[in-house]
Amino acid sequence: MCVECGCGLPGAPGEVRIHAGGKGHDHDHDHDHGHRHEHEHGHGAATAGETARTLTLQRSLLEKNERLAERNRGFFEAKRLLVLNVLSSPGSGKTTLIQKTAEAMRDRLRLGVIVGDLATENDADRLRSAGIPVVQITTGSVCHLEAEMVSRAMARLDLDALDVLIIENVGNLVCPASYDLGEHLRVVLMSVTEGEDKPLKYPTIFHTAQVALVTKTDLAQATGFDRETALANLHRVSHHAQVMELSSRTGAGMAEWCELLATERQKRFAPRAS
Amino acid sequence: MHEVGIMQNAILMAEQQARDSGASRVHTLRLRVGDMSGVVPDALEFAFETVAKGTLVEGACLVIERVAPACWCAACGEEFVCEDLNYDCPRCGAFSTELRRGTEMQLSSIEVS
Repeated sequence: MCVECGCGLPGAPGEVRIHAGGKGHDHDHDHDHGHRHEHEHGHGAATAGETARTLTLQRSLLEKNERLAERNRGFFEAKRLLVLNVLSSPGSGKTTLIQKTAEAMRDRLRLGVIVGDLATENDADRLRSAGIPVVQITTGSVCHLEAEMVSRAMARLDLDALDVLIIENVGNLVCPASYDLGEHLRVVLMSVTEGEDKPLKYPTIFHTAQVALVTKTDLAQATGFDRETALANLHRVSHHAQVMELSSRTGAGMAEWCELLATERQKRFAPRAS
Repeated sequence: MHEVGIMQNAILMAEQQARDSGASRVHTLRLRVGDMSGVVPDALEFAFETVAKGTLVEGACLVIERVAPACWCAACGEEFVCEDLNYDCPRCGAFSTELRRGTEMQLSSIEVS
């Protein structure tokens, strides 16, 4: 089997020894297996006399984050916490949605928040003044949250006093897509002011979400929002996601969203028999 | 912009592996990057030179193998390459909900001495 891609071509598994200066290993792909190969050797090759060896690794570049995310997930399970990773571009209404959700669910579930921003404590201040337990992570120049940051932040929350932890990621539709934080649900927001083609422009993040929310629906008419096109685009990219439309300001659609959270929590952590 | 951090990871991993195998230089760094991984190969290349400076990887050749997104069609029991975010199976037309390839972000191999 080809050690590079597992495509079934003959070749020794594990370490392949090649001589520097030579052409290295080379195999022709006369069959189509869906990805483009670039077999290039030589630019940085060893000088004559040295023997270069190829070490096959096949390791994820994010393995450290993936390991820490799994650790977080195990910790959340033990704490019986439903955890959401909320993603969107800046200004799609993440903070307002979280605040209204916490307020609407106050009698049913206790919500806590970890909020990530490049700078300022503004979002945390807003949530705190609404009486919601919150920890702010300021990432400096980092464009996304990582599992380790969440792990450090949650140590500053009383998790035993919470049922749901909402992680408000940095407003960015690109980088946060690659970083698992250990969450149960990835929720992506798209506001009606952003244009109907957002899911097509940022397919990775929309594709990885389990829930897609169209927000600020109260502004739909003013912005000439083409609902049908937007929903078609969302269903095309986030085809396995639950899609909902809501307005945090008017409360339209909020009951359905809150119900989803309650159901998801119940599904994972049914009340213990006392 | 997170490509710099990802490149740093790749170089740390490569250095570690090179040292563990008794090598003192990395000549080639080979990555596999899926088109749906959220990482831009051009940005990785841009970050590479700067991040590699002063490491065992300095001066090495960076090879990025891109992986096109492929979906699984449950009806046909086969994979198909999905172009332009079209998840309809080209054989039977069924809608696929399973992206099997295209999100890779791997250090596939290094060449050392």
